[in-house]
Amino acid sequence: MALDQSFVGRSYPPTEPYEVGREKIREFAEAVGDANPAYTDAEAAKALGHPDVIAPPTFVFAITFKAAQEVVADPRLGLDYNRVVHGDQRFEYRRPVRAGDRLSVTSTIEKIRSMAGNEVLDIRGEVHDQAGEHVVTAWTKLVARAAEEA
Amino acid sequence: MTAKISYADVEVGTELPAQTFPVTRATLVRYAGASGDFNPIHWNEKFAKEVGLPDVIAHGMFTMAEAIRVVTDWVGDPGAVVEYGVRFTRPVVVPNDDRGATVEVSGKVAAKLDDHTVRVDLTATHDGQKVLGMSRAVVRLA
Repeated sequence: MALDQSFVGRSYPPTEPYEVGREKIREFAEAVGDANPAYTDAEAAKALGHPDVIAPPTFVFAITFKAAQEVVADPRLGLDYNRVVHGDQRFEYRRPVRAGDRLSVTSTIEKIRSMAGNEVLDIRGEVHDQAGEHVVTAWTKLVARAAEEA
Repeated sequence: MTAKISYADVEVGTELPAQTFPVTRATLVRYAGASGDFNPIHWNEKFAKEVGLPDVIAHGMFTMAEAIRVVTDWVGDPGAVVEYGVRFTRPVVVPNDDRGATVEVSGKVAAKLDDHTVRVDLTATHDGQKVLGMSRAVVRLA
């Protein structure tokens, strides 16, 4: 079933703030095996010019994807989430995410296309901190694979 | 931002030190917990096969997180990354054994841009086949 094209350009209200914790950053860095001290040692982060420990570049996806999932769960959009795979992912950073940030995501459906029976959905998530400053924008391409012939 | 690599010292074609990243089932369980992505295709073999996959596969975002380490280890300051994008072209299948799988990542400077930034093109392979496409980062050097 084709997705409802009228959803293109639609933006969703900002999410409730997610507070970035030092120990969550540490847990993520350990999970990807990354020993960069900027993720775990505030002094090391400060020596690089950051006010506190920073998060690995892809850390913020956990926050933006949760927001994107709320968008794609909208039944009026008509997406079969069981058939969705992650196609592309891109980030543009104004600054790194850091401990103490309270981040809110505003999601927008940028594009909806049909390609060879697949439905392709591009969602932009703009991430702002508690001061309203832009931190990072995430673009997520989701592909709903065509239903198999019965 | 305090990159330890100087813009003046790199040329188009400069190669970054390549790295090999191991991934086992335990890695995926740990990543699921840390990232909040509990999709069973990343830990449940029965489920993965039911949806047509050969076996459990790594989270694409895990592979993306590993690939950028070639850049962040090179520049020292992960905050120097200003853009990063990938296309997930092929899954990394992770067998249920002690060895798991490995992802090999190399990178080279593809363009020198304005404001002390360079574009690095990354190549990530598993079993000799590319697992990421259009894998590019823009990073600000000193």
